[in-house]
Amino acid sequence: MISAPFDYRRVSSLDEAAALLAEDEEAKALAGGMSLIPLMRLRMSRPSTLVDLGALRGELAYVRREGEIVAIGALTRHHDVAISAVLREDVPLLAHVASLIGDPQVRHRGTIGGAVAHADPAGDVTTVLRTLDATIVIHGRDGRREIGVDELLVSFLETSLRPGELIAEVRIPVPPRRHGWAYTKFRRRAQDWATVAVAAIVESRDGKISRAAVGLANMGPTALRSAGVEAALAGADAGSIPRAAELAAEGTSPVSDLSADADFRRHLARVLTRRTVQEAFDRAAG
Amino acid sequence: MSILGTRVLRTEDPRLLTRGGTYLDDLELPDAAHIVYVRSPRAHARIRGIETSLAAAADGVVAVLTAQDVDIAPAPPRFVGTPAMARPWLAGHTVRFAGEAVAIVVAETRAQAVDAAELVQVDYDPLPVLVDPEAALDDATLLFPEAGTNLVDEFTVGDVDDALARCEVVVEQRIVNQRISASPLETRGAAAAWSDGRLTFRVSTQGVHPVRGQLAEALGVELDLVRVIAPDVGGGFGTKTDLVPEELLVAWVARHIGREVRWTETRSENLLAGGHGRAQVQRVTIGGSRDGRIEAYRLDIIQDSGAYPATAPFLAYLTRMMAQGVYDIENIAVHGRSVVTTTAPVIAFRGAGRPEAAAAIERAVDLYAARIGMGPAEVRRRNVIADDAFPFTTHTGRIFGPDDVVAPMARMLLAPAVYDSGAYATALDRLLEESGYDSLRAEQERRRAEGGPVQLGLGLALYVEVTSLIPGAEPAAMEVLPDGHVVVRLGSSPQGQGHATTWAMIASDRLGVRVEDVEVVFGDTDVIRSGNLTAGSRSVQTIGNAVAETADLLVERARHLAAEALEADVADVVLDRQSGRFHVAGAPFEAKTWKDLAAAAGGALVIDHVFAIHGSTFPFGAHLAVVEVDTETGGTVLRRFVAVDDAGRIVNPVTAEGQVHGGIAQGCAQALLESITYDPDGNLLTSTFADYEIISAAELPEFELHSMETLSPINPLGAKGIGESGTVGATPAVQNAVVDALSHLGVCHVDMPCSPQRVVAALAAADAQATA
Repeated sequence: MISAPFDYRRVSSLDEAAALLAEDEEAKALAGGMSLIPLMRLRMSRPSTLVDLGALRGELAYVRREGEIVAIGALTRHHDVAISAVLREDVPLLAHVASLIGDPQVRHRGTIGGAVAHADPAGDVTTVLRTLDATIVIHGRDGRREIGVDELLVSFLETSLRPGELIAEVRIPVPPRRHGWAYTKFRRRAQDWATVAVAAIVESRDGKISRAAVGLANMGPTALRSAGVEAALAGADAGSIPRAAELAAEGTSPVSDLSADADFRRHLARVLTRRTVQEAFDRAAG
Repeated sequence: MSILGTRVLRTEDPRLLTRGGTYLDDLELPDAAHIVYVRSPRAHARIRGIETSLAAAADGVVAVLTAQDVDIAPAPPRFVGTPAMARPWLAGHTVRFAGEAVAIVVAETRAQAVDAAELVQVDYDPLPVLVDPEAALDDATLLFPEAGTNLVDEFTVGDVDDALARCEVVVEQRIVNQRISASPLETRGAAAAWSDGRLTFRVSTQGVHPVRGQLAEALGVELDLVRVIAPDVGGGFGTKTDLVPEELLVAWVARHIGREVRWTETRSENLLAGGHGRAQVQRVTIGGSRDGRIEAYRLDIIQDSGAYPATAPFLAYLTRMMAQGVYDIENIAVHGRSVVTTTAPVIAFRGAGRPEAAAAIERAVDLYAARIGMGPAEVRRRNVIADDAFPFTTHTGRIFGPDDVVAPMARMLLAPAVYDSGAYATALDRLLEESGYDSLRAEQERRRAEGGPVQLGLGLALYVEVTSLIPGAEPAAMEVLPDGHVVVRLGSSPQGQGHATTWAMIASDRLGVRVEDVEVVFGDTDVIRSGNLTAGSRSVQTIGNAVAETADLLVERARHLAAEALEADVADVVLDRQSGRFHVAGAPFEAKTWKDLAAAAGGALVIDHVFAIHGSTFPFGAHLAVVEVDTETGGTVLRRFVAVDDAGRIVNPVTAEGQVHGGIAQGCAQALLESITYDPDGNLLTSTFADYEIISAAELPEFELHSMETLSPINPLGAKGIGESGTVGATPAVQNAVVDALSHLGVCHVDMPCSPQRVVAALAAADAQATA
């Protein structure tokens, strides 16, 4: 459990980090290290240099409302997301889900930017950000660009970040005031990754669903949205939730592993989607 | 009032919880070089060659060694098995499991050794892989061609064919008692230094004296030339009872290269090669009448030994001994077979053969109850051995007459159990009452009627297990220092059980000194001439009684000294245990303290004593698990766990409850979560704690513990030991609870771990059968 040898640089600006990462494609940015360090200790990841962003917390750890957007600095830790008054008020789904990540130690070290950059399809954060139509501000040598999180997540542990690019900020459009939300994380132990998780945002009017967003964790190579379920729910009433949820596994390609095989994941996706959408609907109505 | 049985906080804890213990890897050994093992990535292969030159030339490397360098002979299988299956200290021409060590790298730092180990190139020629113990029986692929078979051992006791044929109801079930890992928080580790031909060996172990014997024998040196020291040990659970080759080789390398060396196992190495537990495929056949009388029971065991027969074949014999459980069943048969497979060796783990026996009979009783439509509590009540039937000899072994010529080992392996004392029906009734069993059943009925997705399951398990299994003796030495403090020297050392507290309590009780004035010394073969393992829940019955008897002898010696000093007749001198003073009965004003008497003895107030172990003890109890099972997702949540445990005399409820808590947790973990899993190519899929799912407090309810104390008649304290009771009882209780939650839907059995996917699959299969 000793990593392969590596160099270490603690940077004092994002520009410096971007330059280091650009000149050495084997270098890796270190934020909370909650995924990277275990992989290094197993020698499954062998970065040439760790570019430590820890000194940038002063400028990159924040949650603030900017008009109809909530902006979250990339180095904001899960625990701070979970207890953020702004998020609890405006985006309660994300605050709640941050409290379910890993264990307390992970939540006090791991960051939202790190979780997004790691791009684990079982990740809670990426799934919820997709459900919320979040965008990601990327810092590179040539300045900044902003893309949808769906464009960022390419495949299993793979993003569209280019060499020398870092995630600087997560931006979330604030959902309507009276939306309903729910998240069901199915796992065998409190600290486990989700076997399957489902996120839902439901907006309703007069007993009908005006809009639904449904995200799935661990049902494919990236965090997914279930377009089929969302379409089936649009304009429907609560009675149609079970039928819509039957579509949850369509278009997914879950893996088989020790916790569940692909068929069982599909089964879970259907059951959990029904329950999660129902819970979000009830919350929207209540 | 005696201190025994009162709640005394562990005297070890202030140190362990503040600055922390000193475990093997914490030892400061500045001159030691570091060992890292190169391990086989293949489950079964011939080694064509090992290229070490790149590694040998790497930074900081002191030596790179292979089997060709190892000049000590392999030890034959420990309990049973042919010498043809002996495990080499380092794999030479063949590797037989993924993770088997094939080369040793020694370097100045651990990091250098890890880096250099990657440079050792091993040329493997793959051989067929065998991960399924049932498939191993056909001998199509052989691990040891020279042995001619994969069968390590086979035994049969009893014959129940006729009895089963007469039964009104017979139920059969194949049960997998899956392979799991003990996962002690501290992994294995050792350090060795030779000086003037004498070895000092530091190791994370459950017994320094047994380790000394193993080392002396393997290295070919006199016992006196080996000193073994155990620092603080962070858990063992049976896995640290025997040295593994990686530990023994530390001593050999130190001698071979003439330098102090050390080794610490990583967590992944522990999961890969540190040894696994359980690993039985069982078939139970239970027969009885329609009105709830169990008449015959047969247990077939296929014990997976892993690649080399270590402790595993012995485990099958313990399963045999305890196969009958708490029930008065006239006809019992057990058929055991142990086989080798291309997997890591199977060794002892908390309960070691007895949880497997309890899991089988407790599952079988529930299957029978379900078949005849009787409640599991009622069937148990009708069949338990009566409270007045003790001592009770089981039908699980052969009775040897005085004229039978049988080796002591064979006698131990095949003798029936003689349950020393018990009150099984009382324990069951107590459990039903304390848990509110009837109202839980009513709640279950209500939920079934409502038909919601989350159903309630109640799982009962009655258990009896054997402790203090190995006969022999336990030494103790006790000395009163000039300042009146007492030192107790012991040959057996703990791995977290709280021995320093427990033995100080017993000494305090007998001598009339304060607990804090008793120092308990252990964990070093130089402390006392012999000793045993801390294993098999044996310590209070053996070490505890050794401390008690030694203290009694010390009091006797002190009474004589006091009589002289007081110019009184010995018969008139008494010890006031409240004050720790000796005086003439009825005349407490003139008294002698321990300090006075130590001075009178000229600094030699010492007793060396050996306690003779009279036989095995049989703790028992009744456990109830209450679970909620989500029939849509298959998820199980433990809602309550109620335990009635009886381990005879409890010296300290604080430490006893700690043992029960840990045992129940590990039992729940086997029932719901844990499984060591190989893929068909023999690769271990569970080599980190991300994949191997140990349980945490978050998955467990608060345990509701109730205690009974039916004393053992065979040792002075009346103690039975409680280190393993939790795993023995909890495992089947939780498994039975999951099945019980689903029984109204047609499910009869779910193998462990009762995972969500298995639960949903069992429901689907039951549904398909119902509609077929």
